[in-house]
Amino acid sequence: MESSGANSDSVIRSEGEVKVEARGLDLFYGEFQALRGVSVAVAARRITALIGPSGCGKSSFLRCLNRMNDLIDGARVEGDVLLDGERIYDQGTDVAALRKRVGMVFQTPNPFPMSVYDNVAYGPRLHGCRGRAELDETVEKSLRGAALWDEVRDGLRKSALDLSGGQQQRLSIARVLAVEPEVLLMDEPCSALDPTATFRIEELMLELKERYTIVIVTHNMYQASRVSEYTGVFLMGELIEYGQTTQIFEMPRDQRTDDYVRGRFG
Amino acid sequence: MRVFGPKGTQTVAFAALWAAAAMVLVPVVGILVVMFVRGGRAVSWELLSTVEGGLLADIVGTIALVALTAAIAAPVGIGAAVYLSEYARRGPVVRVIRLAIVNLAGVPSVVYGLFGLAVFVMLMKFGRCLLAGACTLALLVLPLVITASEEALRQVPERLREASFGLGATRWQTVRRVVLPNALPGMITGLILSIGRAAGETAPILFTAAFIALTKPFPSSVFDPIQALPFKLFYMATEAHGVAEDVKWATAAVLVGLVVAMNLTAVVIRARLRGARRW
Repeated sequence: MESSGANSDSVIRSEGEVKVEARGLDLFYGEFQALRGVSVAVAARRITALIGPSGCGKSSFLRCLNRMNDLIDGARVEGDVLLDGERIYDQGTDVAALRKRVGMVFQTPNPFPMSVYDNVAYGPRLHGCRGRAELDETVEKSLRGAALWDEVRDGLRKSALDLSGGQQQRLSIARVLAVEPEVLLMDEPCSALDPTATFRIEELMLELKERYTIVIVTHNMYQASRVSEYTGVFLMGELIEYGQTTQIFEMPRDQRTDDYVRGRFG
Repeated sequence: MRVFGPKGTQTVAFAALWAAAAMVLVPVVGILVVMFVRGGRAVSWELLSTVEGGLLADIVGTIALVALTAAIAAPVGIGAAVYLSEYARRGPVVRVIRLAIVNLAGVPSVVYGLFGLAVFVMLMKFGRCLLAGACTLALLVLPLVITASEEALRQVPERLREASFGLGATRWQTVRRVVLPNALPGMITGLILSIGRAAGETAPILFTAAFIALTKPFPSSVFDPIQALPFKLFYMATEAHGVAEDVKWATAAVLVGLVVAMNLTAVVIRARLRGARRW
């Protein structure tokens, strides 16, 4: 079994258009190195799953793709991340504009303590959308996109905190869709949800991939195999294997991937 | 050497700790009882509503002082807290500022009074007036306001900030639209409690703002001098002759009543918001 990791030539590159690419990415939190030389190309309008045991760096990697790690004191990145071929860690990068293009859905639903409507309108308002009719339209479209419209259409003025956990997570998705991103980063979006709500989110992801590039971090290997076309396996800060999901689960090239997907550790 | 055994020591420890706790209660109850029994006899609508021989000018002056102090301390204190907890990264500058805040909190209030006299009254030529007194008191409460505001900012969950940043908000947009609206109630509570402390301070206004019987008892601008309850009390207790003991206590009761009313307002605001918030 070869174990030279994802940098080797044997890695299957995503077919078709590449949306996001990491090249030799290292991430440090102070002295601690969270990522080691991660290189991967993420296919446009596909779902890419990142799996691996807790603390392996998969969430940290995800947060590199929209520079969310910038918010952490002492976090430092080396190497490159490219979005449509442009380096996002360049000096002149407008980080706010980057995060508008690369939206993020977090592990726990995190609606703002405002109405459902204001939650969805938050992003468009940030970016200068003021017109009543235009906002109404965006809010409806986004809520429909997140398969939440029918449940909240009569309660748009109600507090988002009154929604169920699954609804709140779909609201978080609607809120991201409202700023019309190109990439959706999802950090274990179903870990706080029950199986029914999880199923709805998965269905939604399959619809969304028509238009968006989706990268999802998940603890749940069944989820990865159900929804994704490509899977990357992280272990101790390294991307040990990356390829088509069927290949990763059926004939992994790396012994450690085999051990992990068969549940021998993690 | 065991005198009592484990059960016995337990009883002794319990008794001693209970006595310590009870001792805290004695002065509080004592002050309140004396103040309200003795002062209660002298408190009357007449005392509260007349200038000559009454406390109206002192009450108005204290309220004006407190309001202006809040108006000065709030923007500076909240601004500093937002900078420290939302913007500043750990480093020498922040450490120096925090050190300054801690030290500022330890300065005796009479020193603030002297500083206020030197800077606001004389150097900046405000004269002894409402503004000079309020500036001095604002300095006094600033550390409290900053600390309370930082606490309120810490209460806003990090995931709300992340959600905002994740949607492409700048730091200021996040502060302005998510952090401040959610922290403001806590900040206001902290502000009122801090200002409540300032309302009863005598030393800082002694040289900077307060007089006894003014010919013009109500200030018409911030550059007018004022009368104030704590100073009136101080004066009645030390220099004035022929003031009935009950009237002194009545004055004290009015001052305490004012501060308690402010604190209750803060408690009500906090309770309201606790009810409204569930994250």
